[in-house]
Amino acid sequence: MSNIRNAFKNGKAFIPFITCGDPDLETTGKIVRAMAEAGADLIELGIPFSDPTAEGPVIQGANIRALAGGVTTDKIFAFVSELRKDVTVPLVFMTYANVVFSYGIERFAAKCEEVGIDGIILPDVPFEEKDEFAPICRAHNVDFISLIAPTSENRIAMIAKEAEGFIYLVSSLGVTGMRSEIQTDLGAIVQKIRENSDVPCAVGFGISNPEQAAKAAAVSDGVIVGSAIVRQIGEHGKDAAPVVGAFVGKMKQAITK
Amino acid sequence: MTNPNGRFGIHGGQYIPETLMNAVIELEQAYNHYKNDPQFNAELTKLFNEYANRPSLLYYAEKMTRDLGGAKIYLKREDLNHTGAHKINNVLGQALLAKKMGKTRLIAETGAGQHGVATATAAALMGMECVVFMGEEDTKRQALNVYRMRLLGAEVIPVTSGTATLKDAVSEAMREWTNRIDDTHYCLGSVMGPHPFPTIVRDFQAVISKEIRQQILEKEGRLPDVVMACVGGGSNAIGTFYHFIPDEGVRLIGCEAAGRGIDTFETAATVNTGRIGIFHGMKSYFCQDEYGQIAPVYSISAGLDYPGVGPEHAWLHDIGRAEYVPVTDDEAVNAFEYLSRTEGIIPAIESAHAVAHAVKIAPKMNKDQIIVITISGRGDKDCAAIARYRGEDIHE
Repeated sequence: MSNIRNAFKNGKAFIPFITCGDPDLETTGKIVRAMAEAGADLIELGIPFSDPTAEGPVIQGANIRALAGGVTTDKIFAFVSELRKDVTVPLVFMTYANVVFSYGIERFAAKCEEVGIDGIILPDVPFEEKDEFAPICRAHNVDFISLIAPTSENRIAMIAKEAEGFIYLVSSLGVTGMRSEIQTDLGAIVQKIRENSDVPCAVGFGISNPEQAAKAAAVSDGVIVGSAIVRQIGEHGKDAAPVVGAFVGKMKQAITK
Repeated sequence: MTNPNGRFGIHGGQYIPETLMNAVIELEQAYNHYKNDPQFNAELTKLFNEYANRPSLLYYAEKMTRDLGGAKIYLKREDLNHTGAHKINNVLGQALLAKKMGKTRLIAETGAGQHGVATATAAALMGMECVVFMGEEDTKRQALNVYRMRLLGAEVIPVTSGTATLKDAVSEAMREWTNRIDDTHYCLGSVMGPHPFPTIVRDFQAVISKEIRQQILEKEGRLPDVVMACVGGGSNAIGTFYHFIPDEGVRLIGCEAAGRGIDTFETAATVNTGRIGIFHGMKSYFCQDEYGQIAPVYSISAGLDYPGVGPEHAWLHDIGRAEYVPVTDDEAVNAFEYLSRTEGIIPAIESAHAVAHAVKIAPKMNKDQIIVITISGRGDKDCAAIARYRGEDIHE
C-alpha cells in the first residue's frame, strides 16, 4: 500500500496544491509546513512549466513567477529532500509531460523515490499514453495518478480499473480556476468509479470555498484546491504561509463535519 | 503512413487532457468515415475548385531560372488560392467535416493571421460561429488580418499569456476547447497537435503535391529533382512532400526560420536546434531548455514563429527522407525582394524562406534539373513589416 492511501485514512482528505518556487522555495517550504500543520492530508507540489495548457490564469501566473525566480526541476528535488527531514505528509508532483520526459522518465522516477515523492500527476498524459510513464513510476514506488473528467463517460471503467494512488476527478470542463458553481453530476461519476476500483477518489478544479468543498467531499473521498490557494500566495508573497495555513484549516474543517 | 495510435516513428501521439480524449476519438471516427465517403469528397472537391480557385498554377519561373543559371524553377502558386494562402485547403476540409459532425462553432489559433482568416472565411461560408485566438504580439504585427477576420464575422481574442505569439495562441485555443466541446470543433491550422490532427491536416493539404505531380508530368514528362517549402508547424511542406515521399529520387527540403541565426537564441529552427519533447499534444522536436521549458522562439515571420514541428516532419528527418535547412531573417527578406523584382510575385515572408534556399542551391544544379518551390502564400500582409525591417517608417 502506498503512502498516498494514508492520506485518506483521516476522514475526507483535503489536498491543497501549490507551485514550487512561487515566489521562492523558502516560502514554498513555509507554506507546505503550515498546510501540513493545518490538516492537509496530501500535498500537490507543482513543478512549473512554461506553457501549462491545463491551467487557468491564476496558476499560469504562479508558473511564470516561479520560473522567473529561477526554480528548476533539480532545485525542487533538492528542496523536497530537505523538506522530508521533518514533513511526513504524502506528497505528489503535479507537472507536465515534457518536464518529466526531458529530465528522463527513469531518472525522474528514481529521483522521486529517493527524495520521498509518493505520486505524479501529468494532466497531459491520458490513459492512451500512460504506459510510457506509469510502469517506470511503479518500479520506483511512485503512483501514477489517473484523471477522470466530466467527458470521460464510456472511458471511466477502463481508467478506474488501472488507477493507483488516488483518482483525480476533474469537476468541470475547462481549465483550473475558481468557479461559482459546479454543475457536473459528480455522484454519478463517483458511483461508476466505485464499481470498477477501490482506489480513493478526490475532486478538483473550481473548488474555492468551504461550501463547495463540503459538497464535493460529500460524494467523494476528498477535495483538491489549487487556484484559491495560489491566488492567496500571489497576493501575500513571502508572507503567505499563515494565511494559507488558516485557509487550509477552515477547508479541512468544512469537509470533516 | 500513420499507424493506428497516430505515431510517425516515435513521434506524434495524443498527449492531451482526459477532458479532450473523447473529442479527439469522435473526430478520428468521423474522419475515418467521411474520408472514404464519395459525397463528402465530391463536396470538398467542389469547394476546392469552385470556391478556393484550385487547382493552383504550377508556374515556370523563367526569369528566375535564367538569373540563377542552374536548375529549372517552378513555383507552386498556393498564393493564388482564395484568402491568399494554402491554409484554405485544410480549413475547408475541417469545416466541412465539423459541419457533418453537427458542430456549429469553429475555434482556431493563428500566427500570421492566414489560418485565422481562412477559418473565418470557411465559417462565414458555412454559417458557423468562429473564434480566433491570436498572440497579442501578432495582432500588432498583422493588424490588417485582424480586421479581415472581424470583417468576416469572427471574434478575435488577443492572447497575452506567455510570449503572446503562435504557441500561446495554440495553448489558449486548446484551453477553450476543453471548456466547450459539444458544439465546437478546434480547427487546428497545421500538421501538429494530438492525433488525428497531423493526419487530417496532411491529407487535406496533400492536394498540393497531388497537383504538382500531375502538372510537372504534363509540363516536363518527369518528376522534379527537388521539392521544397517553408516549415513552421509544417502543413504546406507536408502537403508539398506527401505524394513524393515514395519517390526516392525526389529530394524533399523543408526550410526552417532561423531568425537571427541558429547559433543565437533568436531562432525558430526547430529541427536544427530543438530536442525531442512532448508539447501541444504531440511528441516531436521542440526548442526547449535543459529542463524541458519551451523556448521563446523568434522569427521575422509570424507564421513560422513556433517552437515545434509536426510529428511527420520529425519522422521524415529521423529516417533521412527529408532535409531541414535553416534560413535567416536576412536571407528571407532578400528573397522576398528578389522574387518580387524578378518574377513580379510578392511571396509571403514565410514562403520567402523557401525561395531563399532555392536561390542558394539552384545555381549549383544542372540546367536539366528541376526544383519546385511552394509559394505558400502571398506577401501583401508583410509589406509594411518588411519596409520597417529596411528602415522605412510605413504603417498599415
